[in-house]
Amino acid sequence: MLRIIAAAALALPLAVQAQQTIKIGVLLTLSGQFADAAAQMDNGIKTYMKQHGDTVAGKKIEIIRKDVGGPAPDVAKRLAQELVVRDKVDMLAGFTLTPNALAVADVSAEAKKFMVVMNAATSIIITKSPYMIRTSVTLPQVMETFGTWAATKAGLKQNYTMVTDYGPGHDAEAAFASAFKAAGGQIVGSVRFPVANPDFAAFVQRAKDLAPESIYIFIPGGAQPAALGKAMAERGIDKKKTKILGSGETTAEAALKAMGENALDIITAWHYDYTMDNALNKAFVKEFNAMHGRNPDFFSIGAYDGMHAIYETLKKTKGKTDGEAMIAAAKGLKWESPRGPMMIDPETRDVVQDVYIRRVQKVGNDYVNVPFDKIPAVKDPAGERRKQQKQ
Amino acid sequence: MEIAFWLATLAPFVVTPSYLSLASQIAITALFALSLDLILGYAGIVSLGHAAYFGFGAYTAGLLSKHYFGEPLTGLVLGAAAAGLLGYLTSHVIVRFRHLALIMLTLGLGLLLAEAANSASWLTGGADGLQGVKMAPLLGFKFDLYGRTAYAYSLAVLFLLFLVARRIIHSPFGLALRGIRENATRMPAIGAPSLAHLRKVYTIAAVIAGAAGALLTQTTSTVSLEVLSFGRSADALVILILGGAGRLYGGIIGAVVYMVARDQFSGLNPQYWYFWIGVLLVAVVMFLPNGILGGLSALRKKPQ
Amino acid sequence: MLFDGFAYGMLLFLLSVGLSVTLGMMNFVNLAHCSFAMIGGYVTVSLANRYGWPFLATLPVAFLGAAAAAVILERTLYRRLYRASDLDQCLLTIGIVFISVAAYAWFYGTVVQSTPMPSYLRGSVPFLGMSFAAYRLFLIAMGLAVATLLILMLETTRFGARVRAAVDNQKMARGLGIDVDRAFMITFALGGGLAGLGGALAIEMVGLDHAFALNYLVYVLIVVAVGGLGSIGGSFAAAVVLGVSDMAGKYYFPWLGAFLIYLVMVALLMWRPVGLFGKR
Repeated sequence: MLRIIAAAALALPLAVQAQQTIKIGVLLTLSGQFADAAAQMDNGIKTYMKQHGDTVAGKKIEIIRKDVGGPAPDVAKRLAQELVVRDKVDMLAGFTLTPNALAVADVSAEAKKFMVVMNAATSIIITKSPYMIRTSVTLPQVMETFGTWAATKAGLKQNYTMVTDYGPGHDAEAAFASAFKAAGGQIVGSVRFPVANPDFAAFVQRAKDLAPESIYIFIPGGAQPAALGKAMAERGIDKKKTKILGSGETTAEAALKAMGENALDIITAWHYDYTMDNALNKAFVKEFNAMHGRNPDFFSIGAYDGMHAIYETLKKTKGKTDGEAMIAAAKGLKWESPRGPMMIDPETRDVVQDVYIRRVQKVGNDYVNVPFDKIPAVKDPAGERRKQQKQ
Repeated sequence: MEIAFWLATLAPFVVTPSYLSLASQIAITALFALSLDLILGYAGIVSLGHAAYFGFGAYTAGLLSKHYFGEPLTGLVLGAAAAGLLGYLTSHVIVRFRHLALIMLTLGLGLLLAEAANSASWLTGGADGLQGVKMAPLLGFKFDLYGRTAYAYSLAVLFLLFLVARRIIHSPFGLALRGIRENATRMPAIGAPSLAHLRKVYTIAAVIAGAAGALLTQTTSTVSLEVLSFGRSADALVILILGGAGRLYGGIIGAVVYMVARDQFSGLNPQYWYFWIGVLLVAVVMFLPNGILGGLSALRKKPQ
Repeated sequence: MLFDGFAYGMLLFLLSVGLSVTLGMMNFVNLAHCSFAMIGGYVTVSLANRYGWPFLATLPVAFLGAAAAAVILERTLYRRLYRASDLDQCLLTIGIVFISVAAYAWFYGTVVQSTPMPSYLRGSVPFLGMSFAAYRLFLIAMGLAVATLLILMLETTRFGARVRAAVDNQKMARGLGIDVDRAFMITFALGGGLAGLGGALAIEMVGLDHAFALNYLVYVLIVVAVGGLGSIGGSFAAAVVLGVSDMAGKYYFPWLGAFLIYLVMVALLMWRPVGLFGKR
């Protein structure tokens, strides 16, 4: 009798072993042009797991990282297929770039795997798989809100838009302009810069010639915001006469450091900044600094909240990882994040969050984004419009 | 020897069934490198913009499936034909130049096409890629998650076009090409009009590149600007030199080695795999001049 | 506009002149040329940010650092491949670019670098009713100074004569007893050093990150091809033409954007395939 019990006791852990790990396939652009964004996302994931442990609902979380290398949907799709078929992951997460997210959505839909978009910000991504949620931001969410705010609360009547000539740039331009015009403003002109453009002097000069009341800028992070800031200072754009409005990437930490005093008084709308003043954020930043030696940014918070969503969903499903159970549990999920209150919209599965309006000011020795206005619980307007079209 | 090689390509179906998507992409890259070999290895035209034809074929196939019909084989033929047409038109300009001017011209034309595709985002979907590409089943086989149909399809097309390329190389036309490559001034004296020959091979190479591009779109149901990028042209060049140009199998061997290495390195070290690829390239150049096949054939000659 | 384009052109000139001369002289395809630029850039970043050196003081060190790296690379790897085919040289140097990009990401991370500028290089200088950016003035001054020095060296010194001979006809030069290898090594070091200087100067103007070598390689190749191999004047002219047309294009035809620089290159190459000042 004892022998049977002993044998059973030995066999049991082995049998259960197979189900004790939850595998998450994380696809990021760890090499190439977007490596820094991906590194920050990965740092966010690591920080969350350090703070909250690597066990949820009695199971261990294992992260399998894959590098997509850049905007390469064929590679992203293949890697996702391999993760599902070979590594047998339970869910897919990450996605620095839109084309990669779109390609992997097909795999998520076909294989019925839960998918968490932690960065890619194009609105339509969310519609490509019924098992997907997003924890980052969408461009219309921030930019349309900004456009409305600019024309109403800030009382601006004119605007000249300057965006980078690629998908997100076009989206941001469209979102801002449509909302600005709808609220009574007028777009006096627009220009688009080529993607890897190193020198903005010519474009800034064009803007200056028109002397608009305000300028709206959308450029990706990296070297460009600093170059643009310098160009504006060189050309002598007076920020008192011409208000500069931008996206959060324009005044990211590295950009502010490089722009120095050229950044003063730039007004931006965004969903996160490492200087946010709440207890959760202070703890997050402290742990992040200790682990990675730098400050988090919106890439990090998207990944951080993504992990949180995964953990909370798993707690609700008690460890069940099939797509149907996960998405049912994830819809309507609400929590308090370092960026403020967050919710996963129960109908669109997209992120609902507060949008902050900030101004660059000198605090101590640094230039930081200081929030002075907030629009709470913003849903993705493009998603709302899609809902209405269906009705 | 050759038969053994082609039989070996069937191995992934049995030995590594979870790597079929990768195998499919290797086959496509090999086909693209093969098309580059025709103009570079055999006709001596160094191109840094060959992805223009790859991408043109890819987008044609994608747009066809989005707006008209998703039948793969017709999409493949039409994609290849469209790329061939583009190749024919550009060949009139390209073949007049040599050396650095030629390289830079091909680079410039490739970059211009890539920019145009980016600007025409109403047509191409821009940086987000083309949406709504849906493929119908190929001869009754659905494009599945495991990549079985994809690999079978890509492998079949690679094999067929390889046979075509080999026919061309061993024909009198092919010999004339090699003659042009060796000495461009002498050929007209023997009665082979060189510019026309070059235009012809350039067009053929464009057709094959377009076929490879269409294959990629169809097997992955996605197309994005990346297919037209300088990166893709440069990769093909690196792969071809790695394998050995002018040896027909060079592109294929190079593609297998490069892509497997890249996949393995990036799996082991997702952030710095570049480093190991660089080391691999340097090592190959130092120890195997004229590419892997060149080095191997040199080794085989040594005992004599 | 002309002024800005000219300044941008100066930067391109500094980055490209080394490649033009070494390519023309030894026919060695060194695609890793921009990696030397990065060495200079990162030297400046380290010295200025970590050790607090003033910007100007870091420039000579950037030059020397890149030059030293060039010499080491030439002595160890490159000289074995002088006889190798163009394609093999391409592969080797691309491999080195990959290695260097990964190495920089490893040591410096993937963030874009910036350095503090001394106040006299910031802001702008008003003149004749227009305002000129101080940094661009500085760039133009450096570019002109370097170009003048190089041309003087080439035309008046014996070393310069040897280099010119080697570029014109290597076999003859050797036959005349000129130590072509030594001349090449020094030229290579000089070219690499200038690239390093260009890299350091680029930080303020276009930013420096670990992928710089790949991004700017295309522009450098364009300058070299359009200018003509082995010609300093050619690189200068090409860099100016490209810099100005890029600026002017973006100002007057912004919808053309990046097209213009490629169109100009294609047009110029079709008109003069050997480059503006090229031979052969």
